[in-house]
Amino acid sequence: MTATGSTYRQLDLDAEGFLKNPQQWTEDIGREIAAESGIPLTDRHWQVVKFMRDRFLSTGNAPSIRSLGKESGVEIKELYQLFPKGPAKLAAKIGGIPKPHGCI
Amino acid sequence: MTRQIVILGAGTAGTIMANRIARTYRRDIRAGRIALTVVDEDGPHLYQPGLLFLPFGRYRPEQLVKTKKPLLPRDARYVRGGIERVDPDASTVHLESGTTIGYDVLLVATGSHIAPEETEGLTGPGWREKVFDFYTLEGATALRDALAKFPGGRLVVNVVEMPIKCPVAPLEFAFLADDFFTRRGIRDRVEITYVTPLDGAFTKATCSHALAYLLEQKQVHLVTEFAAGRVDGAGGKLYAWDDTEVPFDLLVTIPAHKGADFIGRSAGLGDEMNFVLTDPHTLQARRAPNIFAIGDATNVPASKAGSVAHFEAEELIENLTRFLDGRPLEPSFDGHANCFIETGHDRALLIDFNYELEPVHGRFPFAWGPVPLLRESRLNHLGKLFFRWIYWNVLLPGRAIPGVPARMSPVGKHTMEMDQVSRQAPPPQHKAHAPTGV
Ligand SMILES: Cc1cc2nc3c(=O)[nH]c(=O)nc-3n(C[C@H](O)[C@H](O)[C@H](O)COP(=O)(O)OP(=O)(O)OC[C@H]3O[C@@H](n4cnc5c(N)ncnc54)[C@H](O)[C@@H]3O)c2cc1C
Repeated sequence: MTATGSTYRQLDLDAEGFLKNPQQWTEDIGREIAAESGIPLTDRHWQVVKFMRDRFLSTGNAPSIRSLGKESGVEIKELYQLFPKGPAKLAAKIGGIPKPHGCI
Repeated sequence: MTRQIVILGAGTAGTIMANRIARTYRRDIRAGRIALTVVDEDGPHLYQPGLLFLPFGRYRPEQLVKTKKPLLPRDARYVRGGIERVDPDASTVHLESGTTIGYDVLLVATGSHIAPEETEGLTGPGWREKVFDFYTLEGATALRDALAKFPGGRLVVNVVEMPIKCPVAPLEFAFLADDFFTRRGIRDRVEITYVTPLDGAFTKATCSHALAYLLEQKQVHLVTEFAAGRVDGAGGKLYAWDDTEVPFDLLVTIPAHKGADFIGRSAGLGDEMNFVLTDPHTLQARRAPNIFAIGDATNVPASKAGSVAHFEAEELIENLTRFLDGRPLEPSFDGHANCFIETGHDRALLIDFNYELEPVHGRFPFAWGPVPLLRESRLNHLGKLFFRWIYWNVLLPGRAIPGVPARMSPVGKHTMEMDQVSRQAPPPQHKAHAPTGV
């Protein structure tokens, strides 16, 4: 539940459950998304999620997995342990930013 | 006072811009009010789209290269040399030779290149024996020789990570490999697997749905969400970061891409992969108002493709003029891209999309007639081959491709709308507004 009382599934979401409006995000929403995705959030997870979100909000682009590995303070190998399958995608989803689109 | 316009890179985007600027400012350049300088390293201009066909023996290397200078306008000064760094605060470019060039406006068009060294083991044992790239002339040529004598086995095509140039080229490679081995009569002995970090074969969801049949038809196996972490060339194994593995007898890799190294040495100009931090609509660099970036060199979320460089150029020439005039920029670039997708057996399809719109079915208005979008046809294949001629004769000289507007037009609303007509043939006054104060 957020301060305004809305829960994750009541927000504007895309077909895959990514928030359409990053401003609607709160840490509680992030916890809900993580729980739904089966990710138990630790401090290491938060470090990545927050880096991802801050970077998106300041530059308009979500960082690639490689820049996450270079700059978030968590190496790529560990990123895949924290977020099996898709660290960049999952961290974006939990952080309430749009799905990073690989460009065609 | 002469105003200095400097273009870094004489590849697709740099050559287009040089020719456009020389045409737009011919009188100013000849009167000494503006000077145009283009900087590039030695070596020929490579027609990169041809690298897709070279490994299958459809082009020879010498058919894909031309000397750079004759492709540039006579009114431009061409400086041959490696770029060492840009100093955005001093508005200077430093060359490896020690020369310094000052600029009033800088256009960065130094493209992107593959960085196989970014992946552990990729350039180790087996490199260019069992492990090949086709994004360089040397790689594509070595791969051609390997494919010609491949006895059969597991062929794996792997995209290491996005972004890459021409994102559909790897999948086209898989389709052409199916065609190639069918013609060689050994298709039943070759297993083709396409391994991608994305969640579908195409980056756009509509394509993945509309074109899924192609993979099945050509018996290309698909492995998605595979983030390649290291390669054991000698042992023939490709490993993901989570240690899942894909075995191969021949690996065709599309390594990670980076922008030019000097961007990393130019304070604040680029991101960690050396792509210039760029406004996606005005193409102005975030670092300084008098720097613009175009083509593969930018970090904008558009495809890294020659067609994009062409569409960007149409918008950038306008913003360059506005900048020189001291007028506000127009945030007009919409991410427009289109590309032919070669599907093998002399057929291809065409897709057209931008930042917002997904590729759609319909027909695309080219001057030589509407070609089907998102559907295979022989006409599209011919279009793809014809692109080489267009590239040298229409694209690089910076001319509008007849009937193809810079901004994406909703499909079905065909060609000759007024604003597109005026785009193809801008009235002379459009070019004549000379920058104030020059
Ligand atoms: C296999 C393949 C298939 C493709 N197929 C298509 C297709 O079908 N359709 C399509 O539209 N696009 C296609 N592309 C993409 C297209 O070729 C590129 O997007 C396009 O060439 C980019 O243009 P650019 O000017 O940004 O970079 P480039 O054309 O690569 O030019 C960059 C220039 O900068 C110079 N440079 C770089 N660093 C320095 C330095 N430090 N000092 C001096 N000079 C430097 C280089 O020498 C080069 O001349 C394909 C690419 C590949 C690899």
